[in-house]
Amino acid sequence: MSEQLIFKKGAPGRKAYSLPALDVPEVELQGLLPKELIKDTPLNLPEVSEIELIRHFTNLSRLNYGVDLGFYPLGSCTMKYNPKVNEEAAKTPGLMNAHPLQPEQLSQGALRMMYELEGFLKEIGGVDRVSLQPVAGAHGELTGLLVIRAYHEAHGNPRHKVIIPDSAHGTNPASAALVGYEAVVIKSSKEGLVDVEELKKVLDTETAAVMLTNPNTLGLFEKDIAEISRLAHDAGAFMYMDGANLNALLGIVRPGDMGFDVVHFNLHKTFSTPHGGGGPGAGPIGVSEKLTPFIPVPTVEKDGDRYYLDYNRPKSVGSVHAFYGNFGVLVRAYTYIKKMGAKGLREVSENAVLNANYIKKRLQDYYYIPNNVPCMHECVFSAKYQKAKGVHSWDIAKRLQDYGFHPPTVNFPLIVEEAIMIEPTETEPKETLDSFCDAMIAIAKEVETNPEIVKNAPHTTVVRRLDEALAVKKPNLRWKK
Amino acid sequence: MEYIPNTANDQKEMLNTIGVSSVEELFSNIPPDLRLKRDLNIPDELSEFELLKYVSTLGGMNAHTGEYVPFLGGGAYDHFIPSVVPHIVSRSEFYTAYTPYQAEMSQGVLQTIYEYQTMICELTGMEVSNASMYDGASAMAEAALMAARITKRDEIVISSAINPRYRKVLNTYLFGIKLPVKTIEWNNGITDIERLSRAISDKTAVVVIQYPNFFGCVEDIKTIIELAHRSGALAVIVTDPIALGLLKSPGELGADIVVGEGQPLGIPLNYGGPYLGFFATKMEQVRKMPGRIVGATVDAEGKSGYCLTFQTREQHIKRERATSNICTNEALVALTATVYMAAMGKQGLRDVANLCVQKTAYAKQRIGELKGYSIPFTSPVFKEFVVKTPVSPKKIQEKLISEKILGGLDLGAYYPELENHLLFCVTEKRTREEIDRLIAVLRK
Repeated sequence: MSEQLIFKKGAPGRKAYSLPALDVPEVELQGLLPKELIKDTPLNLPEVSEIELIRHFTNLSRLNYGVDLGFYPLGSCTMKYNPKVNEEAAKTPGLMNAHPLQPEQLSQGALRMMYELEGFLKEIGGVDRVSLQPVAGAHGELTGLLVIRAYHEAHGNPRHKVIIPDSAHGTNPASAALVGYEAVVIKSSKEGLVDVEELKKVLDTETAAVMLTNPNTLGLFEKDIAEISRLAHDAGAFMYMDGANLNALLGIVRPGDMGFDVVHFNLHKTFSTPHGGGGPGAGPIGVSEKLTPFIPVPTVEKDGDRYYLDYNRPKSVGSVHAFYGNFGVLVRAYTYIKKMGAKGLREVSENAVLNANYIKKRLQDYYYIPNNVPCMHECVFSAKYQKAKGVHSWDIAKRLQDYGFHPPTVNFPLIVEEAIMIEPTETEPKETLDSFCDAMIAIAKEVETNPEIVKNAPHTTVVRRLDEALAVKKPNLRWKK
Repeated sequence: MEYIPNTANDQKEMLNTIGVSSVEELFSNIPPDLRLKRDLNIPDELSEFELLKYVSTLGGMNAHTGEYVPFLGGGAYDHFIPSVVPHIVSRSEFYTAYTPYQAEMSQGVLQTIYEYQTMICELTGMEVSNASMYDGASAMAEAALMAARITKRDEIVISSAINPRYRKVLNTYLFGIKLPVKTIEWNNGITDIERLSRAISDKTAVVVIQYPNFFGCVEDIKTIIELAHRSGALAVIVTDPIALGLLKSPGELGADIVVGEGQPLGIPLNYGGPYLGFFATKMEQVRKMPGRIVGATVDAEGKSGYCLTFQTREQHIKRERATSNICTNEALVALTATVYMAAMGKQGLRDVANLCVQKTAYAKQRIGELKGYSIPFTSPVFKEFVVKTPVSPKKIQEKLISEKILGGLDLGAYYPELENHLLFCVTEKRTREEIDRLIAVLRK
């Protein structure tokens, strides 16, 4: 099964659209646009009929795997079920077809939704204010670090470094660099946690922020977090929390209560908005009171019964999006929080953590666990045993596809050799977890008896392993006639 | 809870397997004094019916294009969306997938991105496109940063006729790394070429121009690109993809990087997002480009397929030395644009562009004839134009609202020198009858 490129389909003169006839007097184009700028070659876009178009993209969708088709335990990605009511809510005409520059008095529903969502996130994060503007996790990191920089600059010294543990997501150091900070990486302890002594060695008055993920990328709670926060604050640095793993903490412990000054919320992870094959997401940031004056404009404010956009915030760092962020994603997350309620949100984290520990227990006799303590919402194994047979975590990921599962995250975090990072989320029934574990165990046995079948996997997918080196050596990044 | 399948019995079995007596025990690594000792202060759960009713009430408090006739643009446009577009995009094989790291299970998304890249290259006249950026504004900011990396110069020269919101985002992106920005004044609705020419020097990394610009005017980018190149600077062109149905592509005119807002390509207004930043450049610069890229390759049996490529530019590999921090982008919105471009095809995009330019010309001429109103700029326009008003824009907007018309945009809020000026937008969706109604209200 494969699908030809759309450019190879159709025939000259075919079309999949209709437009109304021109109902104003037609003027020669040369009279309207500069002659030398009028396009004189046709656009090389497809010419297909509607049925060809629909079959093309429908067939392509069948070459793709999503949460609606099956288990998707990608660690640090929180591939939970995306409730359909979210999608329906986002299609509400007054939300989907509202123009961002229409007057405030005609946008009260949208502004109220944003105001209330900010309220929910403030409560979940234990923070003073939330900016809904960043549209992805990394965009939230950029924004949060800009806010921190704005604070330091306003206090006379921007400082020059951000301390990041070696287990961090790659976006953390990349975001620090984009804000003009040096990323100083500290080695994790044997337990896979922040090594407080290592931190002390580099933490000083030139430190702008300490950037952590909690639970960290090994799925472990940073138990020394209160002390780490105290040390950072004593040095005048801020605590930044990468909220990618917030699904473990809803109603259990709040970032603000742990001493974090900034946290970004990945609404496309914890708050059930779909990942869309790589976006759109949303990465609102919550901040502590000290940082509130510096968050992006506009904010949504309320005056009596009236909601409005406030651009008049002189200390604000600016804007990171042309408008107010990914509003359509905010609608979905808002719908989700209203649907779950406080009790439901807590059950999310309890069951996410339960499911991860269950998988950890079921697989621990077959795969090496670098840190065998109770995990939070995800568990990290190493394919160390399998490596001895010449099989890598990447091979196991590929073999899982033959069993009908999307693989977990592999080769991350970088500090675990041959990492396999499994995040089941709370939305999976026990039977699914069991059949996934059965598949993982079967693969571990295959490694013993027939490693070649694992090394050459996948065998049953629409394509076999792709030659990624060739894709770089002979770049083919667009179709040409 | 319908999204959490575990029953009390399931939980009990799982706890038994794990060897602990309660879920609470699994949280024992969290120091007790950090724990939240109360329920979150968030309202109780709603049933699906109650929830939809509530959201619909919120929606009812907003104006929308089904109720009001918009003559409002300024970076978000009311173009027609063919039915096939939302139909395809709502397939959950696409929308419930993650970034296609596992290529064998993601050929659908990968191939659509490859097709998207091809179409963006075709539209912009460039050789290579990435898989998408957050929106037009952030795409422009990233393009300026990329140009600085390539030229190893740091000064950014930008036209004041670029969407002010985009310029604000650029300034915010530059806040940390402190690249200097020179803003060039406009004249007759387009960038003042004299001033621009004086501002460009051997320190200039990049010249950034919008085509058509914020005022709807079509800039002479050919001359501007030549000016930039003469000083060894790159030219970044911010463009409207619909206009490229009729206007020569920036690539054809020598641009180095072409970016823009893809929202006009079949994406709902959504009160400002999610939108789509498109980003295209020359092949020689591919390793300096931010964002994900999909390439065609072959599998172990020689069969053709697609995968993410040039990943060594990206944050998950290069970390602090990556070309950008971008990770999640706007893949589903890129798919939306792909389906739109495939549906409109070779002729359709040109037809849409022609309807826009003709209807805009009609509206502009009719408004210009109204007593008290005038058209301050003589530069040619595409789908937006500036009008000088006899009374305050606020009064006019209110009058229009009472007739269920939205627009135009009060330019005084962005350009103090343009007090009493409105920016109107006319897309292919506006009928002559609607334009005539607009004229009638303005005349009153």
